[in-house]
Amino acid sequence: MSTDVTPEAPGAEGRPLASRRGTTPGRFGNRLFAGLSTASGILILVTLAAVAIFLVREALPAITASPAAYADFTRDLNLGQYIGPLVFGTVLAALIALVIAVPLSIGIALFIAHYAPKRLSGPVAYVVDLLAAIPSVVYGLWGFFWLVPKIGPIMDWISQKLGFIPIFADYAPPAKNVTSAAIVLAVMILPIITAVSREVFLQTPRLHIEASLALGATRWEVARQAILPFGRSGVISASMLGLGRALGETMAVLMILAPFARGTEVYSIKILASAEHQTIAANIAQQIREAHGMGVSVLIASGLALFAITLVVNMAARWIVARRAAFSGAN
Amino acid sequence: MTAVTDRPVPAPDVAPNFTTSPSGRRRKRTNAIMATLVTLAFLIALVPLISLLTEVVIRGGSMLTWQFISTDMTGVFGDSPDGGVRHAILGTLQITGLATLISAPIGLFAAVYLVEYGHGRLAKTLTFFVDVMTGIPSIVAGLFAVALFAILIGPAYRSGVMGAIALSVLMIPVVVRSCEEMLKLVPNELREASYALGVPKYLTIIKVVLRTSLAGIVTSIVLAIARVIGETAPLLLTVGIVTSMNTSMLDGRVATLPVFAYSQYSQDALGVGADRAWGAALVLILIIMILNLVARFISSRFSIAEK
Amino acid sequence: MSKRIDVSDLDIYYGDFKAVQGVTMAIEPRSVTALIGPSGCGKSTFLRTLNRMHEVIPGARVEGKAVMDGVDIYGSGVDPVEVRRQIGMVFQRPNPFPTMSIRENVLAGVKLNNRRMPKAAADELVEGSLRHANLWNEVKDRLDKPGSGLSGGQQQRLCIARAIAVSPQVLLMDEPCSALDPISTLAIEDLIHELKEDYTIVIVTHNMQQASRVSDRTGFFNLEATGQPGQLVEMDDTTTMFSAPSKKATEDYISGRFG
Repeated sequence: MSTDVTPEAPGAEGRPLASRRGTTPGRFGNRLFAGLSTASGILILVTLAAVAIFLVREALPAITASPAAYADFTRDLNLGQYIGPLVFGTVLAALIALVIAVPLSIGIALFIAHYAPKRLSGPVAYVVDLLAAIPSVVYGLWGFFWLVPKIGPIMDWISQKLGFIPIFADYAPPAKNVTSAAIVLAVMILPIITAVSREVFLQTPRLHIEASLALGATRWEVARQAILPFGRSGVISASMLGLGRALGETMAVLMILAPFARGTEVYSIKILASAEHQTIAANIAQQIREAHGMGVSVLIASGLALFAITLVVNMAARWIVARRAAFSGAN
Repeated sequence: MTAVTDRPVPAPDVAPNFTTSPSGRRRKRTNAIMATLVTLAFLIALVPLISLLTEVVIRGGSMLTWQFISTDMTGVFGDSPDGGVRHAILGTLQITGLATLISAPIGLFAAVYLVEYGHGRLAKTLTFFVDVMTGIPSIVAGLFAVALFAILIGPAYRSGVMGAIALSVLMIPVVVRSCEEMLKLVPNELREASYALGVPKYLTIIKVVLRTSLAGIVTSIVLAIARVIGETAPLLLTVGIVTSMNTSMLDGRVATLPVFAYSQYSQDALGVGADRAWGAALVLILIIMILNLVARFISSRFSIAEK
Repeated sequence: MSKRIDVSDLDIYYGDFKAVQGVTMAIEPRSVTALIGPSGCGKSTFLRTLNRMHEVIPGARVEGKAVMDGVDIYGSGVDPVEVRRQIGMVFQRPNPFPTMSIRENVLAGVKLNNRRMPKAAADELVEGSLRHANLWNEVKDRLDKPGSGLSGGQQQRLCIARAIAVSPQVLLMDEPCSALDPISTLAIEDLIHELKEDYTIVIVTHNMQQASRVSDRTGFFNLEATGQPGQLVEMDDTTTMFSAPSKKATEDYISGRFG
């Protein structure tokens, strides 16, 4: 320890103020602590950059090579032809999940925030949050063993009655199609959309609710006139967050969806048909064990596409949230 | 006063009628229908939850024997009902343990930075990218670990560390976010009181801020563990599956509960594999449940802010 | 002719707490009744019982009678939603719906009842209500702009237009000017004068000058001590109340000895 030798004469009261500034006992600790904290922050940014950089680096061989170099793996498709249907399947599954999950979530959030008695709303919110705690592999098991057998007959019926509409055509049992996978995805994203919507609904100013009530509005009319308009942007961004999760989910799709054969280039809107879709994430998990060299590079390139898509969706969601915060501050 | 003829005026002098009017009855009906729909939405959400939990408990419960928990899969072939998940339980604990050792300090210090130090551009950037990081798909985190170690060591390398790194990418933002919330709950008066006593900033943070929010921080970290312990896809890519225990984190594949459940399912979905998958799922859910209970216990027992 | 309201022996509770006790008062039709008193004395609470708004707070309830032209507002078979439609309310802080345009705000109450209103009729109603609220000339060129873009006083008049667009019998005003500047306050007071030709108006105000300017009758609420229920101390013609109140407490309050 360096000795405290300050040139100044000690003050009359013993310890001089001036010397304390030189070697305050906290000075080293302060620096260390501030340094550690800042370094951790920077490390996170570096990690995120590393994720992008390493993915790009490993994907680059496939992006720059001629299709012949990986034709073995993609069964003669070029990179665009290989990834295109996967992107389509990913987006399709996520959108179907969203179509199912958003109305349900809004309903549940309204139930918690506006309908359920105070005593009940806490436990109800807890039950919905429980859904978020269940691992995706368990959802996969549930989807395969419980949902698929139960939903098959319903899909069969729909396909027979409404099969003249192309999207419902050509159901083939078992129901290991994109819609079954999307239903499971919907259950998985339900908690996050519900939680965020619930929060914004609860923030509806008392004044707006009372204005509506004073005009003689019923409970539902209060919801329609005051709560839903107020929460709209919150619900939108919640849905985007849910979309982001649905796009990237692997296991539920991997365990439920029967994908198209490798090397086929299908863009199918028949959401009840089997073996016509696949998502990026499930495809990576399924193919990576038999891939090597260029094959891995192709898969990483597809992962990069997924990364980019989810990044855009999530940033858009955050942007909406931020914009909304700015607005409510101004009001 | 301008003469306005079309201004709204009250109805002529008749006794007021507060019974529900015909149009009111229609609105009442809409109201009742919507109330039903909204309640129905909640009931629909209960269907997957209840069916899933009963399936796990019934199908997994029949597997839950001491033998299942205390043996591994060495030498188990064909339709033999033997074998168990000991190696997978230990592997899950090893890998999430290591991921926690990596994520907790980094996440906590980053949260300290955001709350106590950061005010400038770096803090804003960090907040934004932590949000972005929350949205990284788990499979991408797995691919990142694969790509990283392919460059550092070689393409065929597989080890527990890879899995821990992949999980850390998913865990760090969760830790940062929730710890940040906990630190923000510490009232500024406490910090100022400490500064006023001449305590340096780092000691104020350690002895006042972190001390006050300790229960919250521990709760956050436990909940973050519960969040990642069930991750499957990144582990499938990085640590794969083996039949017996592997205590080395640096060399070779490690079995984990989620991947065990998946691989049993994918190898033999209609036979004994399915049973083992459900058994592993139940064990996993029990671990998550215990973690959640521990978190609740800590936050209710030790929380200062509540009292 | 618009309606008179007779309140007798009204007690108001929040859970077990009795907030207001034993109010008996007659509210004359086509007049302005002002309710004054120190804060916490229950005058706003009382006002909110007149259109059954107070019961949206969990645990709030009422004992006693409030009769409008022979019909008990709290009688069995009475639909609170109908009560609120016929007894309009204007709040302390202007609260136009932020996501609706000026036009939509005025029509908000009507749309609840009659979804398919011909556009011409709707236009007429919007103009009539806004004219009646002395706001037409200021907003007629921007009816499709959001109501939150108006000034505070304009917003409050928009809320009045919204309230009268459903042709209520009675208008309740809960300190409608407390969030407004003096000029906007005068505009609202002028408006109240005009509105009383058609409506029975009850206004809660903490501003004694305002009570004396706008009202025909004044009721003074007070509470004996904190924790005690508020009570109606006395009620009389406004001129009498302000020149020769019969109770000591009223005189003290009016002459400003309460702070």
